[in-house]
Amino acid sequence: MSNRLFAVVAFAIALAIAAASQLIANEYFFSAAYTVLLYVILATAWNILGGYTGYVNFGSAAFFAIGAYTTVALFYAFKLPLLVTVPAGTAVAGLAGLGLGYLTLRLRGVFFAIASLAMAVVLFTFVVNWDFVGGARGAYVIQPSEVPFGLPRYIHLLFSIKVLMAAGALVVARAIETSTVGRGLAAIRDDELAAESAGVPTLKLKLFSAAVSGALMGMAGTTFPYYLSYIEPSSAFSLSYSVNSIAMPLIGGMMSWMGPLIGAVLLGTVQQLVQVTISSAWNLLIVGVLLVVFVTLAPNGIMGWVDAWRQRKNQ
Amino acid sequence: MEISTALLFNAIIAGLLLGGFYAAVSVGISISFGMLDVVNIAHPGFVILGSYIAYIVNSRYGFDPILVAVALSPLFFLLGMALYRVYYLCFEQRGQESLRGLAFFFGILFITEVVLILVFGVDYRTVKSVYAETTLRLGVLDFPLRLVVPFLVSVVMVVGIQLFLTHTFFGRAVLAVAQDQLALRLMGVNPVRVKQLAFALSISTAGIAGAFLIVIQPVEPSIGREYIGLVFAVCVLGGMGSIWGTLLAAFVLGLAESFTSTFFGPSWAPAVSFGLLLLTLAFRPSGLFGR
Amino acid sequence: MTTSSSALLEVQGVTKRFGGFTALDGVDLVVWPGERLGLIGPNGSGKSTLVNCICGALHNEEGVIRFEGRDLGTQPAHRRTRLGLARSFQIPKPFVSMSVLDNLRIPLLYAARQHEKLAADRVADEAMRILRQVGLADKAHARSGGLTMVDMRKLELARAMAAKPKLLISDEAMAGLSASEVDDILALLSQLKQQGVAVIMIEHVMRAVMKFSERVAVLVAGRKIADDDPQAIAANPDVVRAYLGE
Repeated sequence: MSNRLFAVVAFAIALAIAAASQLIANEYFFSAAYTVLLYVILATAWNILGGYTGYVNFGSAAFFAIGAYTTVALFYAFKLPLLVTVPAGTAVAGLAGLGLGYLTLRLRGVFFAIASLAMAVVLFTFVVNWDFVGGARGAYVIQPSEVPFGLPRYIHLLFSIKVLMAAGALVVARAIETSTVGRGLAAIRDDELAAESAGVPTLKLKLFSAAVSGALMGMAGTTFPYYLSYIEPSSAFSLSYSVNSIAMPLIGGMMSWMGPLIGAVLLGTVQQLVQVTISSAWNLLIVGVLLVVFVTLAPNGIMGWVDAWRQRKNQ
Repeated sequence: MEISTALLFNAIIAGLLLGGFYAAVSVGISISFGMLDVVNIAHPGFVILGSYIAYIVNSRYGFDPILVAVALSPLFFLLGMALYRVYYLCFEQRGQESLRGLAFFFGILFITEVVLILVFGVDYRTVKSVYAETTLRLGVLDFPLRLVVPFLVSVVMVVGIQLFLTHTFFGRAVLAVAQDQLALRLMGVNPVRVKQLAFALSISTAGIAGAFLIVIQPVEPSIGREYIGLVFAVCVLGGMGSIWGTLLAAFVLGLAESFTSTFFGPSWAPAVSFGLLLLTLAFRPSGLFGR
Repeated sequence: MTTSSSALLEVQGVTKRFGGFTALDGVDLVVWPGERLGLIGPNGSGKSTLVNCICGALHNEEGVIRFEGRDLGTQPAHRRTRLGLARSFQIPKPFVSMSVLDNLRIPLLYAARQHEKLAADRVADEAMRILRQVGLADKAHARSGGLTMVDMRKLELARAMAAKPKLLISDEAMAGLSASEVDDILALLSQLKQQGVAVIMIEHVMRAVMKFSERVAVLVAGRKIADDDPQAIAANPDVVRAYLGE
């Protein structure tokens, strides 16, 4: 299937889901589905730099928060609507990815990983001390009373945007994966020195990958302030985002766009159930344990099982 | 701005005392990451584990936390042995240590934190010790014993490790394994075994450092994360694997944090170690293909 | 020593240090277009370091490296490959997640296209042609991680060839291979002469070096001690001493 056709199909499905969701009145469903979609975006975005290129980002939460706080800052400063803050937040997060990459991607992957964690903490500290966006007390972002596109409630708008964002992230990931750039990234992941010697401009491609990955993660965060009409640093920078964006591609499979999607849907759904029935701390424990179990025993994830099963069938 | 000399000197003292403690926390990473090339990002998690174990014994029996930690360090040693075994079998042997090993240790860190939250909750815990409340005063200078005692024991521990590495056969084997595994094999020494024992040593230092931590300040499960930047900053700044370098870098970091805290406010302190780490990584002249 | 602007590769006074250790000490070397140069020397004499400096994996502290008359300066490795300088690695580094054929796509897409028009849909055909040339055609779709040693060496060389280089550096491709496998590799490298590609062969397998090379340079402890035709090198007492020890 060509990328163009895939994009058409993906967005068509997304619009269908968005339209169908208006018929559902269950408040909890939206909350759960919104969160799962958020993780689809984060996992897919993380995987572009993580699975495709081989560089682990521990600071996904920071990019998410950049998107969220760009929305807050622009809302407070100029009363700008989502239509503007979504692309703006995406761009700022992309620049942050580029910046972090420029500082650290010339070093070993290990240092990039540690630096990404460092960046998350530094940014968190800045935001906590930045009174304009509320600092540690948090900020209020009031949902507009008029809902555009004739949708019944604002939550429907947020949900629709999330579905379209998820489709967009998948389209971007697949386009990269199947392009020449994607082959170059895979070469970098497999053996960076050999890739460089084979003519691959490794630094340029890594920077591209970091920028796109960061941008998409920021995009996921841009609607966050409107979700509860309130945002504060601890929840925006929640470690849960960082851990899940690693665990979901790992569990689903890191080699293609399908892995993060599967991982996010499966793990995200499980977490929603556990959170409601048991507690959110147990929820996190399960994620952590699954992460460790999969990375040790099934490093290629669910898609890896599928591929292995397919290969055995062909023999 | 009027800076009183008393404030300045006390900031320096606090920074140095803290620096000694930071060295104790980081010496393990200097071994595991600096010498063995194992990215044990879960190291701070073991520090916090040490804090909580010291807390349990101290709250139940009243024993001094630091003595408890030293007495229980063999437990951490065994834990380190087991952890390295798993790491080696699943990652190093297969050449997957970069991506997957990192994710593995990150998961371990995360699990440690969450388990502690489930067992102890998110409240701060402290210990009671004879010196916790006392502060020595020399003129205008303050020497809080809760900083001094961990500082002294830290320095002893770090210097002790340096001497151990340079003056014992096993210690020199550890230094050698960082540079030339083949030569070690030719000498009849099993490099994997050496690494396993060295890694175990690094974990036991974490456990002991945890006791220092809870003497210095109250502890809650998520504090571990704040120390990741610190230990790696100290390790990188200190030259990756040099114990003296670690000591020096720890003092630098301690002073930087103390000054920031005193003159800009404590809420900026976390940014210091991580910011320093970022700057070091950004401008460190290490190439693409090596350190 | 005279250098001409028509030399393909000129290494002048290259010195490389690692801390207190001098790996290369004022090395001079010239390679002419289409030439077959053998580079020999005891272990640790600096051969791989020299290759790394020429290809941009390491940067020399002193000296100049010119390719086709142009100073390479601090250009990164990928740009040097695009200019026409390819190498194989002593320990093969296949792209393990890819098939043998896909391994060749990388240099074809990223390096070869710089100086040879290759339409995107022709890449697979060109890769197959090269695989046939090296004798790996039947393994085109096999996972590159599970190959035999000699096939991995062939893949390394095929990958270097796929970059359409003007100079190919073969770094100990024959180490540890059987006699017939050595002949396979030798035949492979000899084909390159017909294509006008210059080759620097770094080897310890002496009979291959002597048979293959038009000229042999000898590196000992970071210094070039001899640079002559194969027969003169074999008779050179310094060279013999370097290999057999004092």
